[in-house]
Amino acid sequence: MDILLWGVLPYVMAAILVGGSIWRYKYDQFGWTTRSSQLYESRLLRIGSPVFHFGLLAVIAGHFFGLVIPKSWTEAVGMSQDFYHFNALFVGGIAGVCTLGGIIILVYRRRRTGPVFMATTKNDKLMYVVLVAAIVFGLWTTLASVFLGGHGHNYRETVAPWFRSLFIFQPDIAAMASAPLSFHLHTLIGMLLFMIWPFTRLVHAFTAPLHYLFRPYIIYRSRDVRRGPGSREQHPGWQPVGTRDRQRK
Amino acid sequence: MKVMAQVGMVMNLDKCIGCHTCSVTCKQAWTNRAGTEYVWFNNVETRPGQGYPRRYEDQERWRGGWELNRRGRLKLKGGGRLKKLLGIFASPVQPELEDYYEPWTYDYETLTDAPLGDDFPVARPKSLITGKDTKVEWSANWDDNLGGAAEMGHLDPVVERIRKESEERIKFEFEQTFMFYLPRICEHCLNPSCMASCPSGAIYKRAEDGIVLVDQDRCRGWRQCVTGCPYKKIYFNHKTGKAEKCTFCYPRIEVGIPTVCSETCVGRLRYIGIFLYDADRVTAAASIEDEKLLYQAQLDLMLDPNDPEVVAAARGEGIPEDWLDAARRSPVYNLAKVYKVALPLHPEYRTMPMVWYVPPLSPVVDLLSEQGHDAEDAGNLFGAIESLRIPVEYLAELFTAGDTGIVTGVLRKLAAMRSFMRGISLGNDPDDSIPEAVGMESEAMYEMYRLMAIAKYNERYVIPKAHVEQAHNLEEMGCSLDFDEGPGMYPSEPFGEASGRPTPVAVENFYALKQRQTSGGQAEPGELRGRVNLLNWDGRGVPRGLFPESQDTPQMAPDSPAHGGGTAGPGPDYGPPVAEGPDGSPAEGRQGREP
Repeated sequence: MDILLWGVLPYVMAAILVGGSIWRYKYDQFGWTTRSSQLYESRLLRIGSPVFHFGLLAVIAGHFFGLVIPKSWTEAVGMSQDFYHFNALFVGGIAGVCTLGGIIILVYRRRRTGPVFMATTKNDKLMYVVLVAAIVFGLWTTLASVFLGGHGHNYRETVAPWFRSLFIFQPDIAAMASAPLSFHLHTLIGMLLFMIWPFTRLVHAFTAPLHYLFRPYIIYRSRDVRRGPGSREQHPGWQPVGTRDRQRK
Repeated sequence: MKVMAQVGMVMNLDKCIGCHTCSVTCKQAWTNRAGTEYVWFNNVETRPGQGYPRRYEDQERWRGGWELNRRGRLKLKGGGRLKKLLGIFASPVQPELEDYYEPWTYDYETLTDAPLGDDFPVARPKSLITGKDTKVEWSANWDDNLGGAAEMGHLDPVVERIRKESEERIKFEFEQTFMFYLPRICEHCLNPSCMASCPSGAIYKRAEDGIVLVDQDRCRGWRQCVTGCPYKKIYFNHKTGKAEKCTFCYPRIEVGIPTVCSETCVGRLRYIGIFLYDADRVTAAASIEDEKLLYQAQLDLMLDPNDPEVVAAARGEGIPEDWLDAARRSPVYNLAKVYKVALPLHPEYRTMPMVWYVPPLSPVVDLLSEQGHDAEDAGNLFGAIESLRIPVEYLAELFTAGDTGIVTGVLRKLAAMRSFMRGISLGNDPDDSIPEAVGMESEAMYEMYRLMAIAKYNERYVIPKAHVEQAHNLEEMGCSLDFDEGPGMYPSEPFGEASGRPTPVAVENFYALKQRQTSGGQAEPGELRGRVNLLNWDGRGVPRGLFPESQDTPQMAPDSPAHGGGTAGPGPDYGPPVAEGPDGSPAEGRQGREP
C-alpha cells in the first residue's frame, strides 16, 4: 500500500500533470483562460481574489522552502530548528488562513451571485472541492502542530526527504510512511489536485504573464497566409489523408 | 522612415441619421453568439449622451489610454507593467455588466403556449445572463435621441467638462438642445493602449494593413485590455473568457470589399481607404506635451503617397504597387490630410486613432433656417458657426482636445462647400472667393464635393486586396471549419439545401462583378465559381450546374456537391482550378465553356 501511494502515485501524478498540460496546451489553446467572472460581480471578487491569490503565492513559496531546501542547509546558515519552525508556522499559518479566507469569499460569491453560479461548470465544482480540501488539510497540518503537540511533527525529516527523493527516482517510501495521517491526507489530496489540474481552469496559472514585464508595448504581426482565417494549425499526426487534388493549398 | 500601410475609416457625421443599421448588421455578422449578447463592435451614440458603456469617456474613472509621466514619456494611464501584474487578480477598474446593460430576450413561447384564459398572454423579458425574469432598465442606446437628456444630460463627461470651463453660458445654451449621432467602432489605433495593456501579448497589429486583432488562442482572459482601451471597444466574452473586438471585418477587407457596417450604411457616410504612415515616429508624435497639438502630430504621421521619397521607401518596405495606387486614391487620406475636414476622436487619449470623423454642420444649418435665414448663404453660415459656440466647443472636446479653432475651420470649409456648390447649381458662375475664404482652391473644393456629396461607391471604398500567393483565390471565406475533411465539410448536403457547407456571404462582390462586366472576352476559368446571381449573368461563361452536363465534358469533381441548380459550387478553399493537372482535374468541370 505504501509503495503504491508514495512510490507509484507520485509518478502517475507527474505523468498526468505534464502530459495533460502539454496535451491541453496543444489542443485547447482556446479553452486556456482564467474564465474570469468579474464582469458579473466585482465587489466581492476585488476582496477575495487578491487575498486568495497572494496567499497562495506565499503558500507555494513556503512549500518550496519546506520541501526543497534540506534541513542541513538551513542549519548551515545558522538557522535554528525552533526559529525555522516558528517562522514556518507563523508565516505559513497567515498565508494559509489568507488563502482559505480568500477562497471562502470566492466560493460564497460564486454560490450567492446568480450569474456567477450560472457560469459555474461541473468541472469547476469538482475543482473547488479538491482545492478547498487541499487547503483545509494543509492548514490542519500547520495548525495541529501549533495547538496540539508542542513542536508538532517535523515534516522536514519525513515528507521533505521523500519529496526530494522522488526526483532521483529512488523514493524514500519509509520516510513518508512514517509521517502522521494529516500529512498523508494533505499529500494525497494535493496529488489529486495536480492530477485534475490540466483539465480545469487552474491551467491559467501555467501561463502567468511574467513576460509582460519585458515585451515591447506595440506588437506587429504578419498576416498568416498559410491558414484560413480562424483555423488552427494542423498537427502533423492529425493531417487528413487525401488524394493530391483534394488537399488544401 | 518606416512606411507602413493602415486601413482607415472616415465617417461623415453630417449624414448620419442614427438608424443603427450598422450596429444591427454588425451584430448579426459578428456578435450574435452566446457570451457576446452585450457586445456591440459598432454602436451609435446620441451626443450629448453618456455613450456605451456609460460614461466611458471619463478616463479619471476608467483609466484608459496613455498619459505622460513626469519625464514626458508615454505611460499607460492604468499603470505601469508591474502595477498591472499586481492588479491582475482583480482588475481594479473594469466596467461591470451594469455599466453596459444586462442583455435580455423575451419569453416568446408563452405567446403560443399559454392556456386559454381571460388575459392576453405576454412575453416577459428574460435576462440572458441569469435566465430569470428581468426588468429592462438600460441598453446600448437607451438615451437615443436625447432620451432622458433632461435628467441625465449632465452625465455626459464632455458636457461636464465644458460646463466646468464656462458655467453659466453653456448651461443656458445647452437647454436649446442640439444633438448628433456618433457611430463608433474600434479605432484600430497606431499606438493602441489595449495592446500595451495585454499581459499575454495576445493583441497585435497586422503589419500589412494595421488592423488590430485579438489572438483568441493566446488570450488568457486577464481583462487588462478592457481597462486599457479608452474607447471601451474591447469586450470580454463571458462565455469563452476571452477578449473580443471589432475586426474591421478583415475577411472582407482582404478580398477588397468594405466592412459590414460600411456596406450597409444607408447614409453612405463611411469611407474606407489606405493611409501610409511613418511607424518610426508614432511614439514621438503620441508623446507631444500639448494635447491640442496631438491632432496636428497625428496628421503629420500620415505620409503623402504622391511624394516620390515616400513611394520609394514604401517599395523598400515591400508594400505592393496596387496598395500604393490605392493609397494615392485613398478617400480617407484626402478627407483627413488633403482637405483636412476629418478629425480623430479624442486625440488626447494619445492612441492615434485611425477612424476619423467629419464633424456635423447640420445643427448649425437647421438652426439658421429655423430662424428664417438663408441657411446656405456663405456669410450667414460663417457667422453662425462663430456665434454658435456650444456645438463647436462640444465638438472640440470630442475631436481636437478642446481646440475650437480647428473645428471651426472644418465647419467653415463644409459651409463654404455648400454655398459654393449652391451657386453652381443655381447656374451662377463659380464664386472663387468662397473657397478662398477657407483657404482652398475651387477645383479642390469641387473634388471635395464629389467625394462627400456624390460619394460614389468606388470612390468611398478604395480597398486593395490582400496579397498572398493565391490572392486570386482569396474569396470571402464562409467558415473556418469549411475545408476538406474539416468538421464543417460534408461531401454533399445530406439534410437539404441549407445544410452542409456554408456559402460565402457576399456571393459576388462588387469588384468581381465589375471586372467581369467590363472585360471583353469570355469569363476566366473559375471566375464563375460558386453561386452566380442569374440577374447579373451576362452569358459570358457558363455558371456551373446551370445546364446539364453533356457527355463529352469531363466528369465533375468527385468531391463536389452532387446536386445541380447552381447552388454552392466548390468554394474558395479548393485551391486555384487553373493550377490543376490533367489527372481527372476537378477544375475542368467548373471552367467556362462556349454556350
